[in-house]
Amino acid sequence: MKRILFPLLALLAANVAQADLRVFATVPEWGALAKEIGGDKVKVYSATNAFQDPHRIEAKPSLLAQARQAGLVVAVGADLEIGWLPLVLRDSGNAAIQPGRPGYFEAAVQVNRLGIPAVVDRAHGDVHAAGNPHIHLDPRNVLKVAEKLADRMAELDAANATAYQAGHAAFASKWQAAMARWEKEAAPLKGLPVLVHHQSFAYLSHWLGLKELGSLEPKPGIEPSSGQLSALLAQQQRQPARLVLRTAYQQEGPSQWIAGKTGMPAVLLPYTVGGTPEAKDLFGLFDDTIQRLLKGAR
Amino acid sequence: MQKRFAMAAMLAASFGAHAADNSELAAIRAQIDDMKRAYEQRIAALEQKLSQAEAKSAVAPAPVVAAPAAAERRPAAASSASGFNPEVSLILQGQYKNMKDVAERGITGFWPAGGHDHGEGAVEGINKRGFSLNHTELVLAANIDPYWRGQAIIATLDGTAEVEEAWFQSLGLGHGIGLKGGRFRSGIGYLNEQHPHMWDFADAPLMYQAMFGTHGSYAQDGVQFKWLAPTETFVEFGAEIGRGANFPGTDRNKNGSGAAAVFAHVGGEVGVSHSWRAGVSYLTTRAKEREAHFADINGLEAQGVLSGRSQSYIADFVWKWAPNGNPKYQNFKFQTEYFQRRESGDMTCRDEDAVGNACAAEPTAAYRTRQSGWYAQGVYQFTPHWRAGLRYEQLDSGVRDFGDNAAYLVVDSYRPKKASAMIDYSWSEFSRVRLQYAQDKSMLGITDNQVTVQYIMSLGAHGAHKF
Repeated sequence: MKRILFPLLALLAANVAQADLRVFATVPEWGALAKEIGGDKVKVYSATNAFQDPHRIEAKPSLLAQARQAGLVVAVGADLEIGWLPLVLRDSGNAAIQPGRPGYFEAAVQVNRLGIPAVVDRAHGDVHAAGNPHIHLDPRNVLKVAEKLADRMAELDAANATAYQAGHAAFASKWQAAMARWEKEAAPLKGLPVLVHHQSFAYLSHWLGLKELGSLEPKPGIEPSSGQLSALLAQQQRQPARLVLRTAYQQEGPSQWIAGKTGMPAVLLPYTVGGTPEAKDLFGLFDDTIQRLLKGAR
Repeated sequence: MQKRFAMAAMLAASFGAHAADNSELAAIRAQIDDMKRAYEQRIAALEQKLSQAEAKSAVAPAPVVAAPAAAERRPAAASSASGFNPEVSLILQGQYKNMKDVAERGITGFWPAGGHDHGEGAVEGINKRGFSLNHTELVLAANIDPYWRGQAIIATLDGTAEVEEAWFQSLGLGHGIGLKGGRFRSGIGYLNEQHPHMWDFADAPLMYQAMFGTHGSYAQDGVQFKWLAPTETFVEFGAEIGRGANFPGTDRNKNGSGAAAVFAHVGGEVGVSHSWRAGVSYLTTRAKEREAHFADINGLEAQGVLSGRSQSYIADFVWKWAPNGNPKYQNFKFQTEYFQRRESGDMTCRDEDAVGNACAAEPTAAYRTRQSGWYAQGVYQFTPHWRAGLRYEQLDSGVRDFGDNAAYLVVDSYRPKKASAMIDYSWSEFSRVRLQYAQDKSMLGITDNQVTVQYIMSLGAHGAHKF
C-alpha cells in the first residue's frame, strides 16, 4: 500500500512545486545573488545566516526538507560545506541536485582561488585543498559567478531564461558601477596592515590591497590560542597592524583582547548579507564593509 | 579590463536575445571566450606575482603557495587514475577503564544480548579493565557512478576484521526516494545509525546494550527503502528487510527475509536557534535456538534456548540548541529514547555442562516477556573545545513469563539503573579526549563505579555527520 501511495504523493507534490525555480543556497551571499538574477521567478532558501559558521553546520532535518524540494543548489564548494552538505544532498532523495547534475552549482570553481596549499596536511589545520573558499568578498568574483549562475538558471528553467539573462544584465551593469565607486572610496585602504580572526577576508584583502599580517587562529579552523595572541602582540612591535577584522559569526573575545592590548580598533565586518543591519543585500554588504574599514582606519 | 569582460558578457547576452545567425553567434562566442581566457591567464599570472611579492613582505601564516588556478583550467593531471581513489578515513579509539571485576557482565533481568556468540561482546575493548584499544575503524567511501554511492566500514581488533557496514546507496532515484543495500546500521531509533566515535559518552546506553548487545546498534544484511516527503517540515518514512542474523534474532538457514523494520521521523526548526527530530520505529525478527546462561533454582548454571518472535518498539526525540544556529562556540543537545520489547516463543532449559542442575530433563515451556527502558542525556558545549554531559538511564525487566520453566530457573525481576557524567576536550574537529564517570547498577546487588578515559581521533577524509 505504502509503495503505491508514496510515488503518487510524490508526483502530486512535484506538480505543485513546478511553479518556481526553488534555489537552495548554502550561504546568504549566493542566495542574495540568485535573488538578484531571478527576481520573482525564484524562491530562494538560504541554509545558513550570517551568524553561522558555514564550516560548522549540522545536517539538520530542516535542511533535508528544503533540499528535497530544491531545483538548484548553489554551494560555495572548495570543501567549505564538506561537513554537512554531502549528507544533505545524498539523503534528500533529490536526483536533480546531486553533484555533477545541472541542479548543483559551485561558486568557487568559477573563479581563481587564492591560498591553494602546497601541502595538504591537517598539521596545518583545517586546510582546504581547493584553496580559500571565501571567494565572494572580491566583487570581481561575484561578477564571474553571476554570469555562470545566470546561465545555469536559464538552463534549468528555460521558460524564464530571458528573464534570468535580463536580470543578470541589469545586475552586472549596476554592479560594475558600484565596483568603480567602491574602488574609489576604498583607495585610502591600499596597503593597510590588518590582522584577521580567520582567513575569511583573503579575497577582500586581495581586491583592496590590504596587507594581512597574521590571523588570530594559529591554524585555519583552530580557535585562537593564548600563544598565538601573544606572538601577534610581539609582532605588533616590529610590524604594527592597524585593524583587527572578524566576521559576525566569529567570537569577539580574541579580537577585543588584541585590540585592548594594542589600542587598534577591532572591526566587525558583515562578511555576508545580513551580517550587519546595513548589509541587507550584496550592494549593502560591500558598502558597509568599506565604510567600516574606512571608519576603523581613520 | 574588468569592464571589458562584463561588456563582452553583456554583449553576448544581448546577442542571445536577438535571433542572430547561429554560426555567426557561435563564432563570436568563441572569440569572446578566447579573449576572456587570454586575459584571465594574464591576470592570474600578475596576481601570482603580486601575491608572491606580498608574501615576502608579510608573515606567511601557513606554507601556502598563492597560485590561483581555477579547477576548470587545470591541466590534465587531475584526471590521473589516483584521482578516483575513494575517500579514506581511519578512526583511532582507545581507553583506560577502572571498574569492578565482574565475572560475567550482563544486565540483570535481560537476555544477555549476543554475549554467547561474541565472547566478551562485540566491541571487546569497551568491557575491558585497564588500558585497551576499541575497534579501529577504516572507512572507505566514494561515488560509484552518477547513480550510486558506496561505503564500507571495516572494524579491526587483534586478529579480527569485521565488516561493520558495506552498502551502496542511491543518488539518482529522485522523488525523495533513497535506496540502500548491503550491510548497514538500521535506521531505527536515533543512536542506532551512529558509530561509537560519534557517541557523546564512552559507552552505549544500557537500553541499546540490552536491545542489541555491546555493539550498541542493530545492523543487518538487507535493503532499506526511505522516502522523504516534499514538505516544509521534515517527514521521512523508511522500511527495511534483511537477514536478521543479529541479536535479538539469530542467523537462520532460510529463504526470504529474517527481519523487518519500519520507521518514521519528523523534524524541523523552532526559530533559528532550535532544531529537533522525533521518531518511532518498529523491528520484528525471529530467533531460533538463541542461547543464554541462566541460574537454576539451586544457583547452578543452566542454559536456556529460545525459539520465537521478538518485536521492538522505539520512540526517540532529539533537540538541539545553538545561539543563532551557530554550534561552533556553544551548543546544547538533548536526546532521549524509549523502547519496549515483546518476545514470545518456546524456551528449552538445558544442562549442557552436566553440572547436575534442575534442567536435566530438558523441559520446554512457553516463554513470554514484555520489557522496557529509557535513557535521557544532555550534552553542553560551553566553549569551542569543552563539552560536558549527563546521562541517566533506567530499564525495567517487566513481565518475564517462563511458563513451567519458572519452576527450574531463577527469574529475576529488576530495574537496572545507571548514571553517567562526562567531560570532553576537542583540540579540533578531528581529535577528542573524554573523561567519564558512571555509577552502574545494571547488575543486581552490584554498584559499579566506573571511570573511563577515552580518546577518539579521526584521520583522513572529512566525513559528514548525521544530525
